[in-house]
Amino acid sequence: MGDEKKVDVAANAAAFLEQDEVHEPMHDKNLWAARMHRDAAARAVPEWEELRKIASQIKEHTLTHLPDYLREFENNALKRGAKVYWARDAAEHNQHVWDILQEKNIRAVIKSKSMLQEECGMTAFLEKRGITVTESDLGERIQQLDDQPPSHIVMPAIHKTPEDVAQLFARSIGTDPGNTDPHYLTEAMRNDARKRFLEAGAGMTGANFAIAETGSFVVCTNEGNADIGAAVPPVHIASIGIEKLLPKVSDLGIFIRMLSRSALGTLATQYTSHFSGPRRGGELHIILTDNGRSRRLGMPDFWTSLKCIRCGACMNTCPVYRRSGGLAYGATYSGPIGIILDPTFDESRYSELPYHSSLCGSCTEVCPVKIDISDQILKWRKVMAAKKYLPVSRRLAFGAAGRIFEHPQLFRSAESMASGALRFTPHFLLYNKVLNPWGRHRELPHFAGQTFREWYLQYRAKNNDHGEQHT
Amino acid sequence: MKVGLFIPCYVDAIYPEAGIATLELLERLGLEVVYPLNQTCCGQPMANEGDQQHSAAAEQLFVDNFREFEYIIGPAGSCVKHVRHHLDAIPQDPDVLHVRQRTYELVEFLHDILQVESFPWAYFRYKVGLHNSCSSIRGLNIALPSEIMGTPFNKTARLLQMVEGLELVPMDRPDECCGFGGTFCVTDEAVSASMGLDKVHDYVRNDAEFIVSPDMSCLMHQQGIARKAGIRMKFLHVAQVLNGGPF
Ligand code: SF4
Repeated sequence: MGDEKKVDVAANAAAFLEQDEVHEPMHDKNLWAARMHRDAAARAVPEWEELRKIASQIKEHTLTHLPDYLREFENNALKRGAKVYWARDAAEHNQHVWDILQEKNIRAVIKSKSMLQEECGMTAFLEKRGITVTESDLGERIQQLDDQPPSHIVMPAIHKTPEDVAQLFARSIGTDPGNTDPHYLTEAMRNDARKRFLEAGAGMTGANFAIAETGSFVVCTNEGNADIGAAVPPVHIASIGIEKLLPKVSDLGIFIRMLSRSALGTLATQYTSHFSGPRRGGELHIILTDNGRSRRLGMPDFWTSLKCIRCGACMNTCPVYRRSGGLAYGATYSGPIGIILDPTFDESRYSELPYHSSLCGSCTEVCPVKIDISDQILKWRKVMAAKKYLPVSRRLAFGAAGRIFEHPQLFRSAESMASGALRFTPHFLLYNKVLNPWGRHRELPHFAGQTFREWYLQYRAKNNDHGEQHT
Repeated sequence: MKVGLFIPCYVDAIYPEAGIATLELLERLGLEVVYPLNQTCCGQPMANEGDQQHSAAAEQLFVDNFREFEYIIGPAGSCVKHVRHHLDAIPQDPDVLHVRQRTYELVEFLHDILQVESFPWAYFRYKVGLHNSCSSIRGLNIALPSEIMGTPFNKTARLLQMVEGLELVPMDRPDECCGFGGTFCVTDEAVSASMGLDKVHDYVRNDAEFIVSPDMSCLMHQQGIARKAGIRMKFLHVAQVLNGGPF
């Protein structure tokens, strides 16, 4: 990944915004509606802020004792008859999956949503080896048919209009291109998927939570697709990131309460399924995967990003994400959580992501596990600036500005620099040619005939002995 | 009480009336206000870019200018938030800590420290849309952020409601970011402009005649967008309204 090109997230976002008058307003409106549902659901829980605090504490406790809980989980899962594998990175994860499938001679798998499998590039890996991989979540399936990654971690195809989906299904599964009725389209997808469930030799899932105390794990979906995938084929393979651990079953309630309320504003996900060992006659394979997580755990400024329960609330609330669309981030994770996770996978490739934020801080306040997302975004900017990932032009501009602000006299002369509108710039940027796209959508501010300081010197400074009086 | 007046660079150059209103208002309320003449900038623009190296000197100059005051007051939420929460490019000696602790945004100073109960000199018979900046809301606690569950409060609105004749209009998304974000509005221009335009449309839908904010920087961005889009709307700093001018 390291030698791939830098993601120019601002340019991607501009392309999403400017493609037409339909997609961005719809994306913004739908996700804002999710945020409003979330507010209503959270408001109905008087102890909401208390729950956030406790959830955060449980996660921090678990992460700071992670090796113990992982061992406990493994032992208990083994006792229940599951097979447990460890994967250091994406390659090892994919290899384990491939080994299991090969041993059973399985050629087709049905999978439900797993961001970890996405992170590992598993589908492409398996398809290259002749395995048919079918996404069973409706949104994921839409994205798969369109050969795109998910653009949102909870609503993978939320950037598409019903018309987009109708066109896509007409091309790929033969529906009526003019029929945009969601029921019709969903039904058509279900019918197409049904035979794939029956043909699959293995069902694959992720996990929302894994419980050390019992060696079991929990998968939350709204379509029940994970349950069918885990129940119909004889083999169930679950990919679990090592940060998904919770110590006890009794910890679970708080997270189940917060997950769907934060995500969609619903009281619970439709299906919250517990898997404790293989079902009778079946096999359960659990792949505990690191893929950068333990390295992240060792980063003092960024380790708390591992608390994330992938509810997507930070994306729904983010005014920047809502306007730019998730694909603009060019990464598995988008939105505010993506900004702080993606650079841990590849600093150079994702060096522009931390600048794709107005630092409004809404993500931090909405996060059910109290990740200080906005502060971490600013800390990532410090990393990017210190490591000189920023374009040279921008570095020079800020260097120049820094020098001007160091010296009051320089500042005064920059301020009163000659003629007209550009004698001083909003936050000093406009006079610099590299940084002047301000004017594309905005009129330039009018500069006052007299600065505050000039006014002060003229009318008030007589008795002021604080500093120089000359200009 | 002797207080130091911090006038951010863009207020100095573009919105001097906001600075004058702040000074006059504080004086009316009985304070001795000193404006240190050597001030430039708090360092926020560089620090927001992650550029600690270039923000350090500006931060040091800020501390040198203001270390002697019991309170430092600035009519600008985002600059004050920088000083309070992020002025960390220089060693944190007692002067730095003092300045960080004692720098207040105007509204929070009037509301929390002076606990002002009326503005008998002010009169404003217009429908006002209020824009509390993100820095003020989520950084300085000027209002309860809509994401947080609890009893709502809004210090700016409370002060504005003390002004005779003034009517606050509701907003569809009262604390949605307007997309200014300092350097963000330049480095991510398309998204920033789209956010600003949505904000301006929100005011229009709700019939606001004036937009009032404790953060002139957000208004500078919104004003530019409204003008370009041909939307007539007036923008004022909260100090101008509370002081009854200058407009
Ligand atoms: S960072 Fe917080 S709000 Fe965002 S997806 Fe993770 S848990 Fe949800």
